[in-house]
Amino acid sequence: MFEDLFKVVKKRFNDSEDDYKPMFKCPRCQETSPLIRYEELHRVCPLCNYHGRLSAQERIQITVDKESFCELDSGMTSGNPIDFPDYEEKQKESAEKTGISEAVVTGTATIKGSPCVVGIMDSRYMMGSMGSVVGEKISRAFEYAAENNLPVVMFTASGGARMQEGIVSLMQMAKTSGAVKLHSDKGGLYITVMTDPTTGGVTASFASLGDIIIAEPKVLIGFAGRRVIENTIRQRLPEDFQLAEFMFEKGFVDMIVERRKMRSVLSHLLKLHGYDKKEV
Amino acid sequence: MSEKKSAWERLQLVHNVSRPTIRDYLPLIFTDYYEMHGDRLCGDDKAIFGAIGRLDGRPVTIIAQVKGRDINENKACNFAMPHPEGYRKALRLARQAEKFHRPVICFIDTPGAFCGVAAEERGMGEAIARNIAEFMTLRTPVISIVLGEGGSGGALALGVCDELAILENAQYSVLSPRGFASILWKDASREQEASEIMQITAEDMVRLGVAETIIEEPLGGAHNDLDKISENIKEYLSKIIPKKCEKDIDVLLKERYTKFRKIGAFIE
Repeated sequence: MFEDLFKVVKKRFNDSEDDYKPMFKCPRCQETSPLIRYEELHRVCPLCNYHGRLSAQERIQITVDKESFCELDSGMTSGNPIDFPDYEEKQKESAEKTGISEAVVTGTATIKGSPCVVGIMDSRYMMGSMGSVVGEKISRAFEYAAENNLPVVMFTASGGARMQEGIVSLMQMAKTSGAVKLHSDKGGLYITVMTDPTTGGVTASFASLGDIIIAEPKVLIGFAGRRVIENTIRQRLPEDFQLAEFMFEKGFVDMIVERRKMRSVLSHLLKLHGYDKKEV
Repeated sequence: MSEKKSAWERLQLVHNVSRPTIRDYLPLIFTDYYEMHGDRLCGDDKAIFGAIGRLDGRPVTIIAQVKGRDINENKACNFAMPHPEGYRKALRLARQAEKFHRPVICFIDTPGAFCGVAAEERGMGEAIARNIAEFMTLRTPVISIVLGEGGSGGALALGVCDELAILENAQYSVLSPRGFASILWKDASREQEASEIMQITAEDMVRLGVAETIIEEPLGGAHNDLDKISENIKEYLSKIIPKKCEKDIDVLLKERYTKFRKIGAFIE
């Protein structure tokens, strides 16, 4: 408690203005704007339109119909397949910090009346990394959708495979991609919405397999990390490398959609594929 | 089997420049083979070898990651680190194998997919994802063998199969131990510690349900007796390929799906 007080005092001390205003510094344009403005826009930079990271809870709230979300496999938690030191503690910390039990939340919902299965990854939980639970929940979501003739809308956000699960995390790429294929072969529609950041093993599996791939403006999309590439080629990369607009230009994204329009675009796409009947 | 070596000792064997590569094994395992080139979209990636040939007289499709045996060869094949076009070539040849009812044999030997600008621009993530998904439902038997290094998604793109075999000293991992140490501990020099903690050996793969078979290496490692190790690989293939070819394809596909579907550790 005293520590907190000290922090406030210190902050105030360093602040020239009397009334302290929290600010948001945009990782894309590096400019600062009032945090309250950034949050009013659902975490979009008011200056450069960078679409910041949302929690799974916030994403559900702004995407699906009120009270339509019904979670699948809530509370599933991970084992420790390769006995990695401190893995359990790390998970506990993440769960406490985020209020969710793993890096993806899945469930059924309606979007402007159209029923669907949705998956939302949350980068706050161990960088949205994919381990056993993410792999299992996503596979089950696609299997459930295949069985019930539902479309899938997946919001991806991940640093890649979860290192703490070793080879088991790599196998989740095969597991999830297999389930996507199963759903696809049954004629199901799969829409990927790539959000910040979509990288590594998630890009190299279910995220890249959508029938339609949407990205939010200025989010990071790639396979290899920027630093890894810079170290390999021993050159600095341009600022826009691996941003949504770059991937759009290269032909790997169908459209870039702003957050405020996402719900209505998704609804239209679902209806275009005939998913406008009420039953789930 | 030779005395059990630590993960770190095995890693030294795998990195040994004289460790045999697919080009050494080819003439000793297959006959009548013709190399095939290009992905029909962009180019021909020398890091991925593709061929049609015979195994015990039976036509098969061979797909492999290529390591060089000296610096010039390694430059040509980019140290076995494929670009997206390499994976797309592999998928093209796999589809061709499906059409002509030939089993596919994949040899995995890569530190990982290449991390570079062109690779990103041409959609490395998409290329790997596509292979994984398409191999899962490829209507012909697929057998994969890890020869040396099986690094990351770049290895898995040739690793969705009906059965995975791994050479005794080979490794299969989510990332190279060096990369692992630098990501998790921000210190690449802790490579040895990472290799011991990551569970990357052949025995680990069998225990975790990733591999079904370990192929024994000659005393001191594969490079000590090329004839012997080739014979062991061939013996394995000669047994497994007819077995998988006899199976009803729908049963085979269901088993392939289940093989991967059941891997994971979670609590409900």
